[in-house]
Amino acid sequence: MGAGHGGVLGAAYVVGSSPVHRLEPHLKLVAVLGFALVVVATPVAAPWAWGAYAAYLALVLGVAALAGVGHRRLARGLVVEVPFVAFALLLPVVSQGPRVDVAGLSLSVSGLTAAGGLLAKATLSVLAATVLAATTEPRALLRGLERLRLPSPLVQILMFMFRYADVVGGELRRMRVARESRGFRGRHLGALKVLGPAAGSLFIRSYERGERVHLAMLSRGYGGRMPAGPAVAAPAQAWLAALALPLAAAAVLASGLLLG
Amino acid sequence: MHVPDGFLDAPTSLATGAAAAGAVALALRGARRELDERTAPMAGLTAAFVFAVQMVNFPVGAGTSGHLMGGVLTAVLVGPWTAVLCMTVVLLVQALLFADGGLTALGTNVTLLGVVAIVVGYGVFRLLSAVLPRTRGGVLTAAGVGAFLSVPVAALVFVLLFALGAIADVPLGTVAAAMVGVHVLIGLGEAAITVAVLGAVLAVRPDLVHGAARLRRPADLAGRPAPAEAVTR
Repeated sequence: MGAGHGGVLGAAYVVGSSPVHRLEPHLKLVAVLGFALVVVATPVAAPWAWGAYAAYLALVLGVAALAGVGHRRLARGLVVEVPFVAFALLLPVVSQGPRVDVAGLSLSVSGLTAAGGLLAKATLSVLAATVLAATTEPRALLRGLERLRLPSPLVQILMFMFRYADVVGGELRRMRVARESRGFRGRHLGALKVLGPAAGSLFIRSYERGERVHLAMLSRGYGGRMPAGPAVAAPAQAWLAALALPLAAAAVLASGLLLG
Repeated sequence: MHVPDGFLDAPTSLATGAAAAGAVALALRGARRELDERTAPMAGLTAAFVFAVQMVNFPVGAGTSGHLMGGVLTAVLVGPWTAVLCMTVVLLVQALLFADGGLTALGTNVTLLGVVAIVVGYGVFRLLSAVLPRTRGGVLTAAGVGAFLSVPVAALVFVLLFALGAIADVPLGTVAAAMVGVHVLIGLGEAAITVAVLGAVLAVRPDLVHGAARLRRPADLAGRPAPAEAVTR
């Protein structure tokens, strides 16, 4: 709890009214995807690659500052990277090719380059996606995806998931409180006997809730489509403002390719 | 574990993206057969369930715990097409709201964790349940083996994609062995959790389990007692 109104999914959102918050969600989605594409397209082996990464980092941090997304929020976003850091750390050790000695370890040069590139790219993209999640409410993201022509059934499934993730998560939390107040401590394999049925009954409750929701919708005239108002076309300025990030990144990439 | 941006090169990402889009389009059709017009609310609630249950840390032994990926469990519970949709939606939410798994790698993640895991796991489940006896134990064994195999196979496909989109000249054998070795352990955990959850649902509401339809038989109807003459309402 304490996450305010949005619950589990809304926890990513940081309330604000910065220019980044006010951008149309579908434009922001395009911008973040474009930025990630530029980052991924930057060749790791090029001598100017690290300069380009530094420029991208400055761009993302600039947008984050403009949006009022703090360093702590960004750092929390980076936690998801951890398993892949392990994989990247393994690369220099197992890769072939010419080797260098670093602190007594014989490491592969190409492996080092690849691992560094992987980490840099992943970090930059995660930062951009964190800014997107921190400045866009889940509902707005859904609207953005809809305007980007995600198939309507998929949008509806997403919508139900958004609406009920907190309800289902809340049931899970109440089950945990009930378990733990009865002295349950899941430390060993035997706990599966308790946790399995808990998850099982969570499934049964979710499924039956789905059926009730469907019946309630039918009784209110649902015919397979959600009613929605007409979408207003985004003005050119909004596009320009939103695409400033990927365009600036693309400019960095282009100058690297041309001059480097 | 989700593939972040930049792990695979652009052609590989594009190819897996196209594969994922095709699979999701097929799944949208197939799910309509499994859930008819109830698709949106049912799949949405099931996705919420998968999302929630991924937050539960199950003890796997030796002090470690893991969480469920849930592809095979969902496929056995609600059917493979719906499961593909649920996994896609969960991965999309994780990429968008938690930056877990890159946006450009979304296709790769859907292909690996949604499509490959479910096709392999559910395929093994169907094959085994055709051979094994039609009992609760048979269904659970089939689901457990399917869930177990789905994890290392998905990891192996990841290694193949990594080799195709080679960013470093890594000896493929070493990486494959390491990845598969780690994921065999994860797969054991996945199987244990899948069996525990599925067993619980089978014990209470076997009618909800899509993969156990063959266990169902019509309830034995008691013969209606001959109508008494006096009751004429």
